[in-house]
Amino acid sequence: MSAATIVRLPDQATARIPKMNFLTKENGLLSWLLTGDHKRIATLYLISITFFFFIGGALAGLIRLELLTPQTSLMAADTYNKVFSMHGLIMVFFFLVPSVPATIGNFVIPMMVGAKDLALPKINLLSWYLYIVAGGMMLYTMAVGGVDTGWTFTTPLSTHYLNTHVISAAMCVFVAGFSSILTGLNFIVTIHKMRCPGMTWFRLPLFVWSMYAASLLMVLGTPVLAITLVLVGLERVFHIGVFDPAYGGDPILFQHLFWFYSHPAVYIMILPGMAVISEVVSTFSRKRVFGYTAVAFSSVAIAVFAFFVWAHHMFIMGISNYAALVFSLLTMLVAVPSAIKIYNWAFTLYKGSITFETPMLYAFGFMGLFTIGGLTGVFLGSTGTDIHLTETYFIVAHFHFVMVGGMLMAFLSGIHFWWPKWTGRMYPEKLSQLAALITFIGFNFTFFPQFILGMLGMPRRYAAYPPEFQALNVFSTAGATILGVGYLLPILYLTWSLRYGKIAGDNPWQATGLEWQTQSPPLTENFVEIPIMDHEAYDYEWLERQQQKEVASVG
Amino acid sequence: MSDSTASASSAVADVHHEHPAYQRHHFESVEQQFDATNFAMWLFLLTEVMFFGGLFTAYLIMRNWYYPAFVEASHQLNIGWGTANTGVLIVSSFTMAMGVWSAEMRKKGMLILFLSLTWILGMAFLGIKSIEYHEKWVKHHVPGFHWSEASFLNPASDVDVHKDYPQDKPLAPDMAVKTEMYFFLYFAMTGMHALHMIIGISILTFMIVRARQGAYTAGHVTYVENFGLYWHFVDIIWIFLFPLLYLISRY
Amino acid sequence: MDHISPVLWQFLEKWLGHFPLFPPEASTVAAQSDALFFFMVLVSLVGLTLVILLLVGFSILYSKSRHPIAVQIEGSTVLEATWTIIPLGLFLIMFVWGALLYFRIYTPPANAMNIYVVGKQWMWKVEHPGGQHEINALHVPTGRPVQLTIISQDVFHSFSIPAFRVKREAIPGRYTTVWFEATTPGTYHLFCTQYCGTNHSQMIGDVVVMTPDDFKKWLAGSTSGDSLAQDGERLFASLSCNACHNTRPDARGPSLANVYNSQLTLSSGETITADDAYLRQAILNPSQHITQGYAPIMPTYQGQISEEGVIALVEYIKNLDSDYRVQQTLNTTDLVPESAGAKAAAGAQSPSTQKEVKP
Repeated sequence: MSAATIVRLPDQATARIPKMNFLTKENGLLSWLLTGDHKRIATLYLISITFFFFIGGALAGLIRLELLTPQTSLMAADTYNKVFSMHGLIMVFFFLVPSVPATIGNFVIPMMVGAKDLALPKINLLSWYLYIVAGGMMLYTMAVGGVDTGWTFTTPLSTHYLNTHVISAAMCVFVAGFSSILTGLNFIVTIHKMRCPGMTWFRLPLFVWSMYAASLLMVLGTPVLAITLVLVGLERVFHIGVFDPAYGGDPILFQHLFWFYSHPAVYIMILPGMAVISEVVSTFSRKRVFGYTAVAFSSVAIAVFAFFVWAHHMFIMGISNYAALVFSLLTMLVAVPSAIKIYNWAFTLYKGSITFETPMLYAFGFMGLFTIGGLTGVFLGSTGTDIHLTETYFIVAHFHFVMVGGMLMAFLSGIHFWWPKWTGRMYPEKLSQLAALITFIGFNFTFFPQFILGMLGMPRRYAAYPPEFQALNVFSTAGATILGVGYLLPILYLTWSLRYGKIAGDNPWQATGLEWQTQSPPLTENFVEIPIMDHEAYDYEWLERQQQKEVASVG
Repeated sequence: MSDSTASASSAVADVHHEHPAYQRHHFESVEQQFDATNFAMWLFLLTEVMFFGGLFTAYLIMRNWYYPAFVEASHQLNIGWGTANTGVLIVSSFTMAMGVWSAEMRKKGMLILFLSLTWILGMAFLGIKSIEYHEKWVKHHVPGFHWSEASFLNPASDVDVHKDYPQDKPLAPDMAVKTEMYFFLYFAMTGMHALHMIIGISILTFMIVRARQGAYTAGHVTYVENFGLYWHFVDIIWIFLFPLLYLISRY
Repeated sequence: MDHISPVLWQFLEKWLGHFPLFPPEASTVAAQSDALFFFMVLVSLVGLTLVILLLVGFSILYSKSRHPIAVQIEGSTVLEATWTIIPLGLFLIMFVWGALLYFRIYTPPANAMNIYVVGKQWMWKVEHPGGQHEINALHVPTGRPVQLTIISQDVFHSFSIPAFRVKREAIPGRYTTVWFEATTPGTYHLFCTQYCGTNHSQMIGDVVVMTPDDFKKWLAGSTSGDSLAQDGERLFASLSCNACHNTRPDARGPSLANVYNSQLTLSSGETITADDAYLRQAILNPSQHITQGYAPIMPTYQGQISEEGVIALVEYIKNLDSDYRVQQTLNTTDLVPESAGAKAAAGAQSPSTQKEVKP
C-alpha cells in the first residue's frame, strides 16, 4: 500500500490531545496578556479580529437594509454616511489588513521556517496591544457619534467640512497602522534571519513568500499613511492647509499620499489570501504547486508593482492625461502576476489526487471569485472605461469580489485548514462544507447585482437612489442575509469543535509544511529540536518515505 | 531520527544548551540574535524614512508652488542657532559612537560618560530648538496661534531680519499668506524631529541607569548598537532638514 | 402556489417585469465606451470560463477516487509563458483601447460650446454663456459638442452622466473639463459620484437633451437678461479692474484684449498659455502670475469673488476681442483708487447696485 493513501487520522478512540502544548503550558489571564508566544498572540488576534469582523458585518447589514428602499427610510442620510464609513474603516484596518497576517501568519510562519518563535516576540505582543488600543479608540469613536468621512478621509471634506470625530478616527488608523508595521517588520526579520538549517529561500512554502511580499508593503507603505493622517489632523486643528486649496494647499497631494499607501494596502490585504490558497491547493491535490518559482516571484512582482500604480485611483481627478497613461499601463502589468497565480493553482490540480474538504472548497470559491474580481479590476485600470465605472457600484462590487470573495474566502479556508493544528481538534466537516457553499451562493447574490448597478451608473455611498435601481438592490440585500448565515455558521461550529471536535492528530491533511510535522497543538517552542530542512517544499514523496520509516520503526 | 524533522513529533526532553543569560531562548545563537535585532532596526529606520518622506514631499511641492514666500519665510530662521544645533547633533553622534565603542570594549565608566554626554547634547539641541520656537512665538509666526504675516508684507518693520536681508521685498498679500504654509511645514517637520529626539533622550535615560548596573558591558551590546543606529538616523534627518529649511536660496 | 404573499407578488410584478439592466446610450462616446466594455466582458468571460473549466475538469478527472496517486510535476515553462504572455497581450490591448477612449473623452474639440458647472454642497450650479442659470439640471442640444468646465467651491464632487458614459471630478481650486455630444433627446440622470458629505445622495439632477430647435427655444425662454460675459463686465467695472487694466498708455496692468489663449511671458521668465485655469489663478493668486514688465501690485481676490463671479470674469475676458469694451466700462464707472478696489468687491454679490452697462 502506498503511503500516499494513508490518511493518518489517529485512532479516534485512543488518541489524546498532547498534555503539554502551547495552550496548556501556563494558565491564567496574565499568562495570555503577557505572553511572547506567537501562537498565543495569534490566538488573541484571532479573537479580536473576529469581534471586529462581526461589528463591521453588522454595519454592512445596516447598509444593505437601508438600501432595500430607494428613500432614506431606515436611517437619515447622515447616519447612513457614518455607518458606511465605520464599516469601511473597521473592515479595512481592523479586519482585512490584520486578518491573515496577524492570525494565521503569526501562527504558522515561525513553524514554517522552522523557528521557535518570531524574531521579536515582545514587538509582536506590542503590535497586538496597539491593535487593541486602536480598536478601543474605534469603539469610542463609534460610541460618541462616529465619523462620516468614508474610509478615504478625502480632504478638504475631512479637514474643514465635517463636524464628526475625524481626529479620533484618524488616530485609530494611525495606531492600527503601527500595529501592522510592527507585524510586517517582525515577519521580514523572521523570514530573513530565523530560518532553520537547510531552509533556503526556494525551500520556503509559498505562504511565506506571499507573506514576505505583503510585509514589505506594510513596512514601506503604512508610514506614508501615518504621516498623511498626521497632516490631516494638524490641518483640522490649526486650520492651515497643505491639503486645502482655500489655504493655498493641494487636495490632489492628499490623494497622492493617501493612495500611495492605500493602493499597496489592497495588496497587503490580498497577498496573504493568495498565501493561504497556495498551501491549501497543494495539500488537497497532494501535489507540489505548479511552477513554484513563478508563483513565488509573482508575489514579489505584485509587491514591487503595487507601489507604482497608486494614481489609477485618480484617473478622473485631473491628473494629467499622460500621467494617467503611465499609471494605466503599470496597472495592466500588475494584473499579470495575479493571472499567473490563478493558472498555476489551476494546474496544480492537474494529475493530482484531489479531495474536497472545506478549506479546498473555500479555495475553489476564492479562485472563481478572485478571477472575477481581478478581471473587473482591469475594467477600472483601463482609463477609458474607468471614467464611466469608477465611483459607482461597479467599483464597490469589484473590491468586494477581491476583498470578500477573495480575501475572506481565503481567510476562512486558512482557518479551517490550520484549525486542527491550532486546537488539536477537527471542525465538523459536513456542516462546514455546507457553510462554504452558503457563503459562496450568498456572496454572488449580494455582489453580482452590484456590477449591473454600477454599469447603470448608481453612485457609491448613496443613502437614497433612483427607484429603478431598487430591484437589483433588493436582490443584493437578500443575498446579504444568506451571506450573514454563511459567516455565522463557522463561528458556531468552530466554537463547538473546541470541546467536541474529533481529535485531529499531528497531520490530518498529510501536508508537507514543517508546521504539520510537529504535534497539534504545538509545544510553546514549536519543535522538540530545531528541524533540519533536507527536502524541497511540497515534497510529498519525502512525506511518504518519512511515514514508511516511521511505520517501520514502530512496527 | 537523526536526519530529519520527524524527530520533532517524538517526545524528547527539551535540552537547554549552555548559553549566556542575555540570549533569548528562541534564538539559536547570540549571533543570530544580534543579526535579527540589528536587521529589525534597519527595517524600522526604513519605515521612518518613508514617514519623513511624506513630509519632505509635501514641503518640496509647496516650496515649488510658493517659492518667494518660502524664501522670505526661511530668512526668519536664525542660521546661527541652526548651525549650532547641527554642530550639537554631529558631536552627539560622535559621543554616541564612542558610547557604542566603550560598550564593545566593556569599559563601563566610559560608556556611562559618553551616554551622559549624548544625553546632555540631546537636551542642548532641544533647548536651542525651544529658543527658536520661542522666537517664532514672539513674532507671531506660529501658524494657528495669533498668526501674523506683517513681517512679510513689510519686511522693513522686522528690523533684525531686515538688516541681514535688505534685498527682501514686500510680498504681495496673496503670497504673504503662504508664508504660513512654510511655518506650518517648518513646525511639522522640526516638531516631528524633536519628538524623535525626545523619545531618544527618554530611552537614553533608561540606558544610563542600566549601564550603571553594568548591563551593556558584559558582552551584550546589541541594545546600545541599535539605539546608536536610531540616534544617528535622527541626526541624519536633521542633516536634511537643516539645509532644506534654513540654507537653500538664502542669498 | 396560490398562497403567494401579496407583498411579494407586488414586488415581483412591479420590478421583475421592468427594471433596467443596461443604461441608455445617449452620447456619441457612449457606444464607443460600451464597445470596449463588451470586449472586456467577453475577454473576462473567456478567462473565467477557462478557469472554471480547468477547476471542474481537473476536479473530476483527478479526484482522489479516480486518481489515488498524484503525479508530481515541477511546472512547465511553456505553459507558464503562455499564461503570462496571452493575458499581458490582452491587457495591453485594453490599455491602448482604453487610453484612446480616455483621450477622446477628456480632449474637447475646438468647436465645442462651453458650459460652466460649479459644484457645492449639495447642488450643481450650471452657467450657460448666454446667462441662463440652472440648478441641478443641465440642458444641452443634440448634435453639438458640449464642453463642461467644472469646478467645486468647497469639497470634491464628481459630475457624472451615466447615459453619456462621462464623468469628471469637480475639484476645489482648479478647473477640469469634459465634453460630450448628446445624440438622443430625453431626460437622463445627473449624479454626484464623489462622496461629499451629508446630502451626497441628494446632489442629483436631470440632464435634459433637446433637439437643437427646442434647445434654442429653451435658451430664449430661460435667459436672465444678461449674458455671462455681461455679468463679468459688470463685475469687472465694480471691482475696479479697469483702474489698472484700462488700455491707457500709463496703465498699471496689461491690456486684457485678446489675452485668452495667447502666450504670455511672466516676470519669472516662463511662458504660459492664458487658458481658463490661468485666468482664474491670475485673479485669485495674482502675485504668482505677473506678466513681464508689470509690478506685482494687483491685490488678491481670493475669498472675495464667488466661483460664479470668477467664471463670469473669465468668460468676459475670453470674449474681449478689442480694447473698446474695456473703455466702455471706464465711461460707466469712476476710477476708484486701487486701495478701494478690494472693498468694492463686497458689491460683487449685488450687481444691481452698479450702473447699467450699455452694450
